[in-house]
Amino acid sequence: MELIKTKDCVYEYVKHDADGNECGKVRAVDGVSLDVEQGDFIAILGANGSGKSTFAKHLNAILVPNEGSVYVDGKLTSDPDNVWDVRQCTGMVFQNPDNQIIGQLVEEDVGFGPENLCVPTNEIWQRVEESLKAVGMYAYRKKSPAKLSGGQKQRVSIAGVLAMHPKCIVLDEPTAMLDPKGRKEVIRAARALNDVENISIILITHYMEEVIYANKVFIIDNGKVVMQGTPKEIFARVDELKQVGLEVPQVTLLAHELKSRGLNIADAVLTEAELIEELKKCSNL
Amino acid sequence: MLRDITLGQYYPADSLLHKLDPRVKIVGTIIYIAILFVADNVWGYLLAAMALGVMIVMSKVPVRFIFKGMRAIIFLLMITVVFNVFLTPGRVLFQWKAIKITYEGLLIAGTMAIRLIFLIVGTSIMTLTTTPNQLTDALEALMSPFKKIKLPVHEVAMMMSIALRFIPILMEETDKIMKAQMARGAGFDSKRLTDRAKSLIPLLVPLFVSAFRRANDLAMAMEARCYRGGERTRMKPLQYCSRDYMSYAVLWIVLIGAIVIRVLLPAMV
Repeated sequence: MELIKTKDCVYEYVKHDADGNECGKVRAVDGVSLDVEQGDFIAILGANGSGKSTFAKHLNAILVPNEGSVYVDGKLTSDPDNVWDVRQCTGMVFQNPDNQIIGQLVEEDVGFGPENLCVPTNEIWQRVEESLKAVGMYAYRKKSPAKLSGGQKQRVSIAGVLAMHPKCIVLDEPTAMLDPKGRKEVIRAARALNDVENISIILITHYMEEVIYANKVFIIDNGKVVMQGTPKEIFARVDELKQVGLEVPQVTLLAHELKSRGLNIADAVLTEAELIEELKKCSNL
Repeated sequence: MLRDITLGQYYPADSLLHKLDPRVKIVGTIIYIAILFVADNVWGYLLAAMALGVMIVMSKVPVRFIFKGMRAIIFLLMITVVFNVFLTPGRVLFQWKAIKITYEGLLIAGTMAIRLIFLIVGTSIMTLTTTPNQLTDALEALMSPFKKIKLPVHEVAMMMSIALRFIPILMEETDKIMKAQMARGAGFDSKRLTDRAKSLIPLLVPLFVSAFRRANDLAMAMEARCYRGGERTRMKPLQYCSRDYMSYAVLWIVLIGAIVIRVLLPAMV
């Protein structure tokens, strides 16, 4: 059975003008259907305003679809009785690290989720220790979140979700406010959880570099899924990606340009090492 | 400049008072205030002074640090003393034209000053030895009987601890907005009070907007982590141990002592 299954998910909201009058409806999510299996690493890509974040909020029952349905672990999210089970099953990490840390100490923040789930005190401490170790933040457990870097704060947020023992973690643009070093830290932590703990990861982002590790990529534009496939398949379609307002990684772009000028290079080169291999093959000819 | 403000003046140290259950400390502070108001003669004040002295030594907080808090009330203290000295009627000790100093005036001013100083020092020992988080936890526990009359005790405590968590973040934000507005030519250091008040508008409006946005985000993040109000377990539950019960006993004995002194010994005034 799929862990997450959305079927023709539609989300509309009423738009207001400056005076507060209604001025039409906006379809932020327009018929998205996708399946996530346990252990998947899914990336959802889209430009600003494409509806990817709105869609992400459906996976955690923060929003429920106007039309269509979202099932998490076999439970319908629009049923109010399922809300807390759904939220325990899919944890969510948001964009701004400062606005999602509740505790005044790192360990207290990680304990917040289990406290809400009414986990006994001893087990909370156990879970906090495990989660902080899993994201490599155990040494900072007694620190104040205000003293951490952006990447560290996001890792604490991931640990906070992890302590609730979810089957899936949705990361909603977790790296948008971070420097390159922080971005790497966060993506590495997410990949480790996927590899070691077999937790499904759904990464919402607009950085193409971050999706090369995903086993399936969905491109969302105007609330619709316009492309899907493995990173290789997606990156082979450079021109289409540009059309929906996404930047292709430089290596891929360079390879694409070289190929279009007649060099015999494979489609969708994702890393520098691959490009070097391809170029070596060319020069041997 | 805004970074210098410290709220909640916790002084970390490894002392018995630091280890004491925060509930005991809050109850203790209330009892101490009661003792101060029960005292009406020298012996009563001596008892309060002794209790205070013992607490200062036990807290292991440097005395200099404790009296730093006094600076804030020095003005209030002076006004109280001056008014009491000159305006209390009674046996005249000294007179010059309309100004006269009475024996009763000196006495009342003196006791008032002592009461105020003891009050501030006593309560600041509590805040110096207790983290803000422990304080909110203890308040929630002590107020929990009021849940029966539908008072949102847990919610208020949660609000307090979130407010404390966001103080440094909002401070930093204020600093940022101030610099951004200064870069656009705004001045915050005008001498005239009206100009100064006006210059706060471009600071406060963005600050409020961003605070609401943060509140919205935070509420969503809390809901996403299954927060649903009161029904939850504790990672760090408050638990009394033997030293807490002993402290309670000592506190009640001192209070009874203060009452006995008041009843048995004659008042000063």
